[in-house]
Amino acid sequence: MYNAPHPLEVRILTRRFGLPNSASIDTYLAHDGYKAIEKALAEMTPDKIIEEVKASALRGRGGAGFPAGLKWSFVPRQSPKPKYIVVNADESEPGTCKDRLLMENDPHQLIEGALIAARAVDAHAGYIYVRGEYRYLIDILDRAIGEAYQRGYLGKNILGSGFDFDLHTHSGAGAYECGEESALLESLEGKRGIPRIRPPFPAVVGAFGCPTVLNNVETFCSVPWIILNGGAAYANLGTRKNGGTRLFCLSGHINRPGVYELPMGFPLPRMIEEVGGGVWKGRKLKAVIPGGSSCPVLKAEETNLPMDFDSLQAAGSMLGSGGVVIIDEDTCMVKAALRIMRFYAHESCGWCIPCREGTMWLGKLLTRFHAGAGTMSDIDLIRELAQNMLGKTFCPLGDAAALPTISIVKKFREEFEEHLNGRKCPHEGKG
Amino acid sequence: MPELVKLTIDGKEIEVPAGTLVINAARQVGIEIPAFCYYEGLALQAACRMCLVEVEKAPKLLTACTLPVAKDMIVRTETPQVAAARKGMLEFLLANHPLDCPVCDKGGECELQDMTFRYGAGESRFSEEKQHIEEQQWSPVVFFDRPRCILCFRCVRICNEGMGVAALGVINRGARSEIAPNKGDHLECDECGMCIDICPVGALTSGIYRYKTRPWEMEYAGTICTHCADGCKTTLSVRNGRVIRGNNRDHSGINGEFLCVKGRYAFDFLEHPERLHQPLVRRGVELQHASWKEAVALVAAKFNEVRERGGAFGVIGSARTTNEENFYLQKFARSWLNTNNIDHRRSGDVVALLDALAGLPGSLATTADVYHAGAVLIVGADLAQQHPLLSFQVRANVRHHGARVYVVHPHPQREDKVAAQVVRARGLAGIGQIREKLAGEQSLVVLFGEHIQGADVRRLVEMLPATARYVALVDYANSRGALDMGLLPDLLPGYQPAPAPGLSLQEMVGASLDVLWVVGANPLQGRARASGFLVVQELFLTETARQADVVFPAAAAYEKTGSFTNVCGEVQRLKKGPAVAGPKTDLEIMGLLARQMGHELAPPLPEAVFEEIRRSVAGYNIPYATFVTGAASATQYPNGPIARQGSSELIRSARDTLFTSGTLGRYCSVLNSVRERDLVRVEE
Amino acid sequence: MTFSAELEARLADMVKRYPPGHLRGALVPMLLYIQDEVGAITEDVVQEVATRLQLTPLQVEEVVGYYSMLRRQPAGRHHVQVCTNISCLLRGGEKVWDHARRQLNLQHKETSPDGQFSLEEVECIGACSWAPAVQVGYDYYHEMSPEKFDELVEKLKNQ
Repeated sequence: MYNAPHPLEVRILTRRFGLPNSASIDTYLAHDGYKAIEKALAEMTPDKIIEEVKASALRGRGGAGFPAGLKWSFVPRQSPKPKYIVVNADESEPGTCKDRLLMENDPHQLIEGALIAARAVDAHAGYIYVRGEYRYLIDILDRAIGEAYQRGYLGKNILGSGFDFDLHTHSGAGAYECGEESALLESLEGKRGIPRIRPPFPAVVGAFGCPTVLNNVETFCSVPWIILNGGAAYANLGTRKNGGTRLFCLSGHINRPGVYELPMGFPLPRMIEEVGGGVWKGRKLKAVIPGGSSCPVLKAEETNLPMDFDSLQAAGSMLGSGGVVIIDEDTCMVKAALRIMRFYAHESCGWCIPCREGTMWLGKLLTRFHAGAGTMSDIDLIRELAQNMLGKTFCPLGDAAALPTISIVKKFREEFEEHLNGRKCPHEGKG
Repeated sequence: MPELVKLTIDGKEIEVPAGTLVINAARQVGIEIPAFCYYEGLALQAACRMCLVEVEKAPKLLTACTLPVAKDMIVRTETPQVAAARKGMLEFLLANHPLDCPVCDKGGECELQDMTFRYGAGESRFSEEKQHIEEQQWSPVVFFDRPRCILCFRCVRICNEGMGVAALGVINRGARSEIAPNKGDHLECDECGMCIDICPVGALTSGIYRYKTRPWEMEYAGTICTHCADGCKTTLSVRNGRVIRGNNRDHSGINGEFLCVKGRYAFDFLEHPERLHQPLVRRGVELQHASWKEAVALVAAKFNEVRERGGAFGVIGSARTTNEENFYLQKFARSWLNTNNIDHRRSGDVVALLDALAGLPGSLATTADVYHAGAVLIVGADLAQQHPLLSFQVRANVRHHGARVYVVHPHPQREDKVAAQVVRARGLAGIGQIREKLAGEQSLVVLFGEHIQGADVRRLVEMLPATARYVALVDYANSRGALDMGLLPDLLPGYQPAPAPGLSLQEMVGASLDVLWVVGANPLQGRARASGFLVVQELFLTETARQADVVFPAAAAYEKTGSFTNVCGEVQRLKKGPAVAGPKTDLEIMGLLARQMGHELAPPLPEAVFEEIRRSVAGYNIPYATFVTGAASATQYPNGPIARQGSSELIRSARDTLFTSGTLGRYCSVLNSVRERDLVRVEE
Repeated sequence: MTFSAELEARLADMVKRYPPGHLRGALVPMLLYIQDEVGAITEDVVQEVATRLQLTPLQVEEVVGYYSMLRRQPAGRHHVQVCTNISCLLRGGEKVWDHARRQLNLQHKETSPDGQFSLEEVECIGACSWAPAVQVGYDYYHEMSPEKFDELVEKLKNQ
């Protein structure tokens, strides 16, 4: 827990945050812990579990927002191959720091979510792929997994049901790209994190060539509550086709940055003003990155939106991973574009030409431009190069680099012009 | 048969089997969708994004190289949107490309150049500093220029999937990604050069060819490799009478894109400083230069003298001379020198196989069969070292058709990696362990080495399903042809029995014959001659030539026309590469001798002799048009019992590795330079 | 090459986690945990890991070069990583970075001659709501400022 909770929060996934020893199995068990798997094993068929998750309108919390229940239903349960559960805990999208809290404060909720998914698709082994930087979380998870084995919630014959499930942590070692599901699977198999050609999708050919359910930490964490309280109850928390709550990570120029659990469709202006306490230093809002640095930025005047997948998409941006980055009026958007591009250039896996060369070139170009050595034609060049990447790369990383760039050039062109003719960045030193 | 799917590409309606990729479907209607990373037969990548096409109802452009056709799909490959995307990709690629085309080896043959020309991305908007990395030498034959590399990963895949070597990988990430060799700063591999050949740009270049010439300054001769028995086509690039490189860029041979280190580089013996250019005649103890006229006269006189007094001749032929030469030689020996003392170094028991296959027509496997068969059994052979093409075919078969491979060998083999089952035992005993499994293989190709010979060959055939097809592995480019042409003491061409069997090679070298005539062989390696008069036709002063009375400088296979028969019994045509001054082809030399002896044997013209072979040698009546257009023609075998006489259990492979090639290999400086490790050994 | 008993036990457990025929799955975590003990992925480590996982050294090299946390040269006793990605940048991450370079007299990916400190500018480490963030080894330090950075360095020096 790094920030005080806010009264507007609807605490579903975070309801045990702040309890003493919230990560321990005893705390978990004292607060509904492992009741959902008990219910699932005792009362529900695998199909019923999937139906419930479908009914919840739970959509993937990693960024793409794909309906979780539908994804699970793609797993060919009759396949003679073993099936796997893979938890994407490679949280790396700039602006996003929610999975960290879920694992730190309530690891058993994640374990239980993975367990229920395993039951639903008849998987008997699973992996939590945790980014290498989150070593302390691996330790927390390992302890929790150990507890779960000890109490019979993992391993053979879980709760006497005859169902077996083994769960392991797996450390990454520094690669944003491994947050992309197929690259993550490559990495899990001990290879370079290069995405795979799809189809086939992981539900059919995933980990070790076998059918696999792969979801984000937050997605799995939502599952126990859904099973206990019903899909409909979860769906009702949010908006149409956008069930439940979501952990929004407020960061940047805001008075009360932090991670807040809010219903899907929560209005962005209220999120900024009421939950986050407004833009810092009494400044005006310039822009918002609504879902991690891969999303097109919204200008202040475009921010009157409910925060759900469909509304953001309609507004030309994305809900993404829940990283809401607030940018004030004294910020240089050229610098922001540059910093974002540097990141993608650093993280491009190098597989396909447009992403590999495009991010490198744009990184160099934006660096020069921000230093005042740009020309008017460079502004169009930046946009064109980004456009040449968009929709043409092997995986979404190219789009992730192109989209914010295109939106910044389009929406803040005058700021680029302010850097022309060797002029010093007008925002330098304001911070 | 997979069902057919109808779709439309650029307005042309076509039907192709379900599962066909759009890029290949397009090819069938003459539409070339550009691609760098796509390479037929290798794993799909979708990395270069050049093959993006418009598909109706798809929200964005799709890669034709990974897109299977679908019913009623409408594809457009050259719309303004597609052209713009491709131009954009090229601009990205050229951003860090050094554009040193004027000095780049690939200039004129470069796919990046061609593509840039096609899509007009000739101007650069990239004004940042390019990332420069010094060129690296990875082996005597492989150089790597990182900035030219477009990271299509063809080299990595051909090395891994095609060759089964996996000596190349990718290190680092993003724009810093680099192709890297397996030993840090150098390669330890087959040195096959496939990575160089497959490179679409000038990133991987050949140590033998680099900076020597421009591609348009050369002439090309597609001929057959002179080294192992697999019969790969190698296209010699010749400038000013010198071979500058070998490759198989038009993929027109039985080997497709494949060539090993020998086929690609081991032509340099042609210019070895020890190459003989003038006849040598022994004067006293010394061999001294002589004129052709003098040398021919001397030998002809000796031959006539011995012939007339009914003296004993011995003739040893070669597994590297052409069918025409071998046929002519045995004819010379039998019909003019009146001897059946003729033989060559035998390296696999083809004769026993053909005998065992009597009554089983169509039981010899072709090179293509090794690629198409449902199963392949490899017995007692180090295929990767001794038969690199067959080894390549086996791997391709596994990749493309999921063939089941059975390896029976006491020592680990490269094929183990792709094998369904490995038996660490020898020969028939090993096969016995998997006999049941093999019995179920209805499309089985069997490749067996020298150790299975004589009666064991028949036992082998009896153990395996009647539908099995076979290859008796032999050593050299025309080992098989030498047998077919009757370079045997007991068998005439076409395996007809010789009336009175002569001496075998082993017997001849130990016998005190009046004349021993050695054509393109080195039988006296490590032993002294026993015969009275020794005539040798050779490229070099070998251990045998050194002991000769007369040495004729012979032309190499690359300097001849004619034909070879490969290990699978396929006949292919040799095309003359460079012209050579001084040496003469063995056929010419024999012709000169015959004429000088006053005997009209037959015109010593390859075409004329080939016609005689087609007419008179059983199984060689192959379609002439196929032959002259450079394709392989499978020969037929007698399909009847072969009357072998006398003991001929004298078969022994030279056990060459990828980096040796009998006596000839000693004069290939490239092979010697890559042999560094000498770790490679073909285990018995 | 052998490692501490604790690490060996962890590695032994690790290789058991992957399905038969997929021993290679252990590669990335194995490298990271070994690096934590050895200090870097040396050539010996590459060899050792290749042998243990039945890979070629090149297959290991391919992976080592891909992951940004894996390094060929040892870092300092305190590996100081300053995030300057967007959320941290907006709250002064660059100032912390500039300050860190001055204070430690080190540049990106440099190690001090005494081996005490090494410095790296890193990408998002998942502390966006508590920016700017610094990670030392695996420990997080949130809401950093130049002043707090100095305090942290003092504390680390005395550790």
